[in-house]
Amino acid sequence: MERVGAGGGRRHPGRLERLIGPENYRSLRGIVSTPSSVAGLVLLAVFGVVALAAPLICPPPDPSDPYHIPRDGFSPHPRPMMSPWRRNPPPLPVWWKPIMKSDSWVHVLGTASGQWDILYGVVWGTRTAFKVGILITLVAVSIGLVVGSLAAFYGGWVDNLLMRTVDIFMTLPFLMAALIMAAILVPRMGRSIVPATIALTAFGWMTYARLIRGDILSVKEREYVLAARVVGVPDLRILVRHILPNAIFPTFVFASMDIGSCVLSFAGLSFLGVGTEVGYADWGQLLSFSRSWLTNLAEYWYIVVWPGLFLVLFCLSWNLIGDALRDTLDPRLRAAR
Amino acid sequence: MTGYIVRRLLLVPLLLLGVTVLIFGMLQFLSPVERSALYVRDVPHTEAALDGIIKRYGLDDPPHIQYWHWLVGRKDSVSGERVGGILRGDLGYSRVGSQPVADLIRQRFPATLELALWSVGPIIVVGVWLGILAAVHHNGWFDQLARVFSIVGWSFPVFVFGLMVLMLFYAKLGWFPPGRMSDWAAGVVFSEGFTRFTGLLTIDGLLNGRLDVSLDVLRHLVLPVITLSYLNWALLLRVTRSSMLETLGQEYVVTARAKGLRESVVVNRHARPNALIPVATLAGFTVIQLLNGVVITETVFNYPGIGSAAATAASQLDVVTVLGFALFNGAILVVTNLGVDVMYAVIDPRVRLA
Repeated sequence: MERVGAGGGRRHPGRLERLIGPENYRSLRGIVSTPSSVAGLVLLAVFGVVALAAPLICPPPDPSDPYHIPRDGFSPHPRPMMSPWRRNPPPLPVWWKPIMKSDSWVHVLGTASGQWDILYGVVWGTRTAFKVGILITLVAVSIGLVVGSLAAFYGGWVDNLLMRTVDIFMTLPFLMAALIMAAILVPRMGRSIVPATIALTAFGWMTYARLIRGDILSVKEREYVLAARVVGVPDLRILVRHILPNAIFPTFVFASMDIGSCVLSFAGLSFLGVGTEVGYADWGQLLSFSRSWLTNLAEYWYIVVWPGLFLVLFCLSWNLIGDALRDTLDPRLRAAR
Repeated sequence: MTGYIVRRLLLVPLLLLGVTVLIFGMLQFLSPVERSALYVRDVPHTEAALDGIIKRYGLDDPPHIQYWHWLVGRKDSVSGERVGGILRGDLGYSRVGSQPVADLIRQRFPATLELALWSVGPIIVVGVWLGILAAVHHNGWFDQLARVFSIVGWSFPVFVFGLMVLMLFYAKLGWFPPGRMSDWAAGVVFSEGFTRFTGLLTIDGLLNGRLDVSLDVLRHLVLPVITLSYLNWALLLRVTRSSMLETLGQEYVVTARAKGLRESVVVNRHARPNALIPVATLAGFTVIQLLNGVVITETVFNYPGIGSAAATAASQLDVVTVLGFALFNGAILVVTNLGVDVMYAVIDPRVRLA
């Protein structure tokens, strides 16, 4: 771990700081002290609560398949907010009766074309967003970690080969490549969130590989690594225990902002009709329903505004946190603190 | 300098080759039967006919032989003539467009080119100007506002912004419609008297003496350009701002101020040209992204470019079309990347030594 003297050595490091290192501790403190990132954290916490409490806010009609948005008929005309539920209403949520004093469930946020309930889609879509964003980023970071570490650690022709592979993958425009993969995988796997997730992962790991390779290259020549080599520590152990903990923080910064853009890309794929099946609780899905009513958007504004708002705020929260993290890492700004 | 360009030029065919391998690799995920459905227009009515088709088009040959034939074409065993081959310009047949993929690209690309050309100016000029303004008034109200704008813009997905803008300016106010041109203008453009000199309808309208067609196309371009601009401004603003801030802290700027020069001279003649170097590469990448057909923007506004064609093809699972587009885009990207790198080397002499 880095020497404590980097911070001036004026105070005794606390237990947390000793556990994760002064670099990481300073960045963590940066997140909780910047007003914008605190706002981001609060927003994220709200989304987390909504995602966890989804079965309470909108009880699913079929608990074994909660991600299927319930439909109130098949009419293509969207119905306004607070219109009553006519056919097969899902179970009444516990908080409805005390507040509204009535026994009938309504479409709180209206319905989309095809009578899909918007509130249900938006609330369970929060769960989808967390699932998809975290899963894609985790897998992409893992792949990028392995590739970048191998390239940086061994150098030479391994580095050249791996980085040229990264270049080739990066030549394909991201969305186009994701469209291809989704188009190839959907006939084999059926429509679900899996093809789009695989597609986004397969073309999302390259940036991490490059980032990690750069960071490891800068850490590789430090004295403690040379010392470990001299002592005879095996390669993998040096990589995992000595190099990675010190090189990995910029990757976390990027990953935190990437979760937001992963969710955006996934929503984009759903919007284009290549992502999830029709009726799956996903924000992009809901937004794709508005495509059939472009001329009447002023009247049916709620189809666009509610899912759009959730999407923007979700991404904004991750970006605020990532932005604060990036500011704490910037050495020029650090001196001013 | 020439050495740098030559080295980069040598890499281009290798990268293109790598792209073809990648795309071909993705195609191989499908079995020969599935691939026969993609490539072949004649529908087999019996099992034996299907086998015949697989043999005729070589769909169960070893992968490297298939790759070679995919690249240079093969001699069709039935008709005896040479067919196919990426390098011969045959990108396959598009089910969605009912024409060869190459023709589909040729038909759709001018629209995307027009959108890209009309977007580049506003994006770069306004984005850079805003960024410099924010940096010069560091920590002032404009800077704070610009940072908020930047981070909100970065979080706004394209289609949500596009839909909201459509909601306001089209559904509610009726000023700027989606699509490429109104029906009456389409009647004019596709008629006999209208010659398409460039394929860019704003220019063609002027060259044919129909100013009303040009203005109509421009009116339809306003919303897509604003949507593309907003998101790129957010990014360009942030990069310009940080680059400008870094430059304003350099010693030569301090020297310039110490010499007694006016602030405007210090900013415009000494700081700005150097601050714009990283911005130039970003501007290059923005142009690349625009040329590749911004898929989602074109879909939201029903704009008939290659992006929306690719989206339609993907949603209808027409793999051949999507792959053809991907190859086209990859080629554009590799070539334009080279252009950006060369431009970067021209602007910044330090790069040439690397």
